Amino acid sequence: MTEPAIELNGISKSFGPVEANKDISIRVMPGTIHGIIGENGAGKSTLMSILFGFYKADRGEIFIHGQKTEIPDSQAAIAAGIGMVFQHFKLVENFTVLENVILGAEDGGLLRPSLAKARKTLKELAEEYELHVDPDALIQDIGVGRQQRVEILKALYRKADILILDEPTGVLTPAEADQLFRILGRLREEGKTILLITHKLREIMEITDTVSVMRRGQMTATVKTAETSPEHLAELMVGRKVLLRVDKKPAEPKDTVLEVQDLRVRDGKGVERLKGVSLTLRAGEILGIAGVSGNGQSELLEVLGGMQTGTGHVRVNGQEIDLTGRFSDGQSRRARGIAHVPEDRQREGLIMEFSAWENTVFGYHRDPAFQRGPFMDNAKIIEDAKGKIERFDVRPPDPKLTAKNFSGGNQQKLVLAREMERNPDLLLIGQPTRGVDIGAIEFIHQQIIALRDAGKAILLVSVELEEILSLSDRIAVMFDGQIMGERLPDRTDEKELGMMMAGMSTNDTDGAVA
Amino acid sequence: MEFLTIIQVLDSTMRLATPLLLACLAGLYSERAGIFDIGLEGKMLAAALFSAAVAFATGNVWLGMLAGIGASLALSLIHGVASITFRGNQLISGVAINFLASGLTVLIAQDWFAQGGRTPSLSGAARFEPVTLPGALTRVRDIAEAGPVMQIYSELISGHTIVVYLSLLLVPLTWWALFRTRFGLRLRAVGENPAAVDTAGISVVRLRFAAVMICGILCGIAGAYLATALQAQFVKEMTAGRGFIALAALIFAKWRPWHALWACLLFGLLQAIAVRFQSFDIAGVTIPVQFMEALPYILTVVILAGFVGKAIPPRAGGEPYVKER
Amino acid sequence: MEKMPKWADATLVPLISLLLAALLSALVILAIGEDPVAALKLMVDGALMRSSGWGYTLYYATNFIFTGLAVSVAFHARLFNIGGEGQAMLAGLGVALCCLYIPWPHWSLALLGACLFAGLFGAAWALIPAYLQAKRGSHIVITTIMFNYIAFSVLGYMLVNVLRPARAMEPASPRFPEATNLPTFEDMFSTAAAPLFKSAPVNVSFFVALAACVFVYLLIWRTKLGYEIRHFGFSETAANYAGTSGVRITVVAMLISGALAGLMAVNTTQGEAERLILNSTEGAGFIGIAVALMGRNHPVGVLLAALLFGFLYQGGAELALWTNIPRELITVIQALVILFTGALDHMVRAPLERVFLAMRSKKEAL
Repeated sequence: MTEPAIELNGISKSFGPVEANKDISIRVMPGTIHGIIGENGAGKSTLMSILFGFYKADRGEIFIHGQKTEIPDSQAAIAAGIGMVFQHFKLVENFTVLENVILGAEDGGLLRPSLAKARKTLKELAEEYELHVDPDALIQDIGVGRQQRVEILKALYRKADILILDEPTGVLTPAEADQLFRILGRLREEGKTILLITHKLREIMEITDTVSVMRRGQMTATVKTAETSPEHLAELMVGRKVLLRVDKKPAEPKDTVLEVQDLRVRDGKGVERLKGVSLTLRAGEILGIAGVSGNGQSELLEVLGGMQTGTGHVRVNGQEIDLTGRFSDGQSRRARGIAHVPEDRQREGLIMEFSAWENTVFGYHRDPAFQRGPFMDNAKIIEDAKGKIERFDVRPPDPKLTAKNFSGGNQQKLVLAREMERNPDLLLIGQPTRGVDIGAIEFIHQQIIALRDAGKAILLVSVELEEILSLSDRIAVMFDGQIMGERLPDRTDEKELGMMMAGMSTNDTDGAVA
Repeated sequence: MEFLTIIQVLDSTMRLATPLLLACLAGLYSERAGIFDIGLEGKMLAAALFSAAVAFATGNVWLGMLAGIGASLALSLIHGVASITFRGNQLISGVAINFLASGLTVLIAQDWFAQGGRTPSLSGAARFEPVTLPGALTRVRDIAEAGPVMQIYSELISGHTIVVYLSLLLVPLTWWALFRTRFGLRLRAVGENPAAVDTAGISVVRLRFAAVMICGILCGIAGAYLATALQAQFVKEMTAGRGFIALAALIFAKWRPWHALWACLLFGLLQAIAVRFQSFDIAGVTIPVQFMEALPYILTVVILAGFVGKAIPPRAGGEPYVKER
Repeated sequence: MEKMPKWADATLVPLISLLLAALLSALVILAIGEDPVAALKLMVDGALMRSSGWGYTLYYATNFIFTGLAVSVAFHARLFNIGGEGQAMLAGLGVALCCLYIPWPHWSLALLGACLFAGLFGAAWALIPAYLQAKRGSHIVITTIMFNYIAFSVLGYMLVNVLRPARAMEPASPRFPEATNLPTFEDMFSTAAAPLFKSAPVNVSFFVALAACVFVYLLIWRTKLGYEIRHFGFSETAANYAGTSGVRITVVAMLISGALAGLMAVNTTQGEAERLILNSTEGAGFIGIAVALMGRNHPVGVLLAALLFGFLYQGGAELALWTNIPRELITVIQALVILFTGALDHMVRAPLERVFLAMRSKKEAL
């Protein structure tokens, strides 16, 4: 019998009072793809960081190919043949592919021979694994799919035979993801061992041989993929039965609330990121914007929310919105009945150092209702915050607690409470459930549907296709700053949307909105 | 204006640009590695005192310079511990170092020499002497009577201290180290994305400390040059904002070695003009001496504001590196 | 869960930092062959044991309250204003022009006028670096330092060429008219029976400084503008989301900061010297940095830290008078305080947090 490629024995790790990993044991056989699935905060990433020497486990042992191995730092992990592809790539943006590959694996003090050798090796690896990348391109000039290949090449260049991938498809189109899976299959054939960390059940079912489920820092089960089902895995992840679909009535759209015509946005470098977007949105409906991140959805939300300037025409309730001048900021947008749940709650939606009550007026702090004379009426704001916290079930229900001390889901609920309770005509909402646990996801989805049913217009941007499909009444797909087309959710599927997200127009007009 | 006068101004440009260039390159190493350093000023000041004091005591300028480098390194170490080990605010650490140097130099100078915070004058082997290149004229009258090429050679090119030539040599050397060696690759990487360096199995802490220490050595040489070559003693606050001007030059140069040379020569020229023409008339209006004194500072602001455009600093600059998953 | 109770964060961290700074300063004193205990005793005697000592301590503290508040207001917007020194110098010019060229009938009106001029001149000197930072991205730390040097030249020019009385050698303005002279504590609190604050410079501007503390507290924690300054300081991206203009906050925060720094000129120039001299700021602008850091950018903290530095300053003057320890010792202490409270914050904080965590888990275990 062969030795497992990786064997973890009783790994535990705490951060202060939080136990991120509790007594975790796992065996991964060589030449297999082993999935690790679990909710946000289940401890997957901590476990992988321990394996890659980023954190040191408090207790437990690691065996690599049967050898007990200490991994105090990344260097030791690399020496043990472990390569890691992080969710957020660890590449130097203004270096070339080649420079990124040799960084830390140079031969000798001078660069020239190292670069020559790497160029040759890279060519061989490209042939062997279909990992073609221009070695002289700058990282900042190539797409995320290619950047990810560079990360894999980095690991292979260091002769890794165990590859860990952390949420590798988050930034990829479905087509790119398929291509990645083909590469992973190829690597498996060559005898490499792959650990795939994801929260997407589909990926687990599609590519892995075995799968381990993590919940609240513990390993709850390890099963053969062939012998399980998505429903079963979901139950193992959450610890109870979950609805994978959102219950909702058909939409009853009313008057047009938002009209966008030929909207264009340029970024700081003068590159056009939004290339003439037009859309309409009516009261009582949810328009979902699907797309791989980085195709202009963020810019769309930002320009509508007043965080960026742009050109073109935007009308809300028939009135023109200022896109460049004095009234093109968030304050003016709010005054026009536009509420905005931004994509990144930690960097945009909340001030992490402010207490919860201070955050419940963030952006609305100029509202006369919160003032008393020249001062802000803090007592009233705290009272108001208590109500919001209760109605949105924010836990712990303490308005004086600092925002950074809430969990991701509860931080998001704070933002939602603030924006939704303003009773806006139009709600812009980006990535509503990113980094949120399943229990909170259900709650957030219900709130969005309830707001729609109350007759509000909702523009939803999400990179999770499943979320778009289950919430939207109409779906618009964005690619490269443009809208590729609109579809109705019950007359399309992930495959068609995926092709549109990759920039391919589908001839099939069956699902198109007339 | 006479040709010789221009040559003389350029000659003093060279001398005045040298400490700026050394400090600028010092800052370049540090900031390229992602550690902002507004403590260049303080390090130079400390080095100036220690080099002057030791040169005076031993009569050997090289020992003086070594002491200066040591003092500067000690302050670098503080900056490294504060901003790398304890992930403190790099600006605040730099400010603290400037004040520490400003106070301690006077305290020490007063304790050792009791001359109101200055050292005795240096002479002979306790100073860096000018190097006369072969065939160069040295007597003032000879130079005045020589042809323009000879004037340039004798006045501008010859007759500087060894430190001036050394600092010029450091420009290509820095370029080479930064862009042609493994160390340079890693140094630039750690200033752009320390996580990339860390996950590649290289110690971010060690690399950044190395950069900060190189910065200390170069500031040490700059300070020693001030006290033992440009002037002949340590005087309270003798750096006079050169550390900050060097930082402005670094931004102007967009963190590139050759551009740093041109930027420092420009600032050196401004200082040379201000020194040479204490006050002069333009179209009947007398420019006051205070304006000439302030000129280098004013132009620093003007250049920072107007000509730099959007200088993109090393992306991870100023941010302490905290490991994330 | 907070790692450490707020009170510990606000008091223990700065106190331990101060202790470390004091310890190192004692070592410095030892190294130059003096006795730190005797030095401390001399400082306490000179600064705190006599009312005239208090008079000096409070006089210096007045300056440091203003400059400390100036630095902290800028810090709240994550701006590092090192230009308090230059702003105060220019404000001195404003005070001099106000006192010399406007015929004030009474000191109280002159005080109001001088405050206005000082604030305006100080704010004006902060405006250009603020604007350049906001619009052109010029590093405000470097530009404010440059503006300190430029201010010195401007002041020098004005004193030598414009304000200096004919035939006077010293670069200083004429004496201000008597009507503008501010009442000192001696004038206010001394009686023939109980002489107090004998010939000490502390004057009515101390109360202006206290009022400034209240003003800054209300501004930062009770107004919309303060809320905006704070959230801009924590996160520029979030401020953009909220619709708070970064340019506006940068400029407004620096104007307020410059005005506060400028107000110290009322104390030094109108209150003490009663004329404008070249070096009236004496580095108080820089001490503001240490005061703000140590006071955790809170007016109460700034007030306490300013009193401490007032004591150090007056005590340091006594040391310079009676021992071989030069005044620059204060600069060293100031540097150490900045280092420990500002840059080595984590070094002090981390072990404290661990202690509190351990205490809590022990409590929970019971």
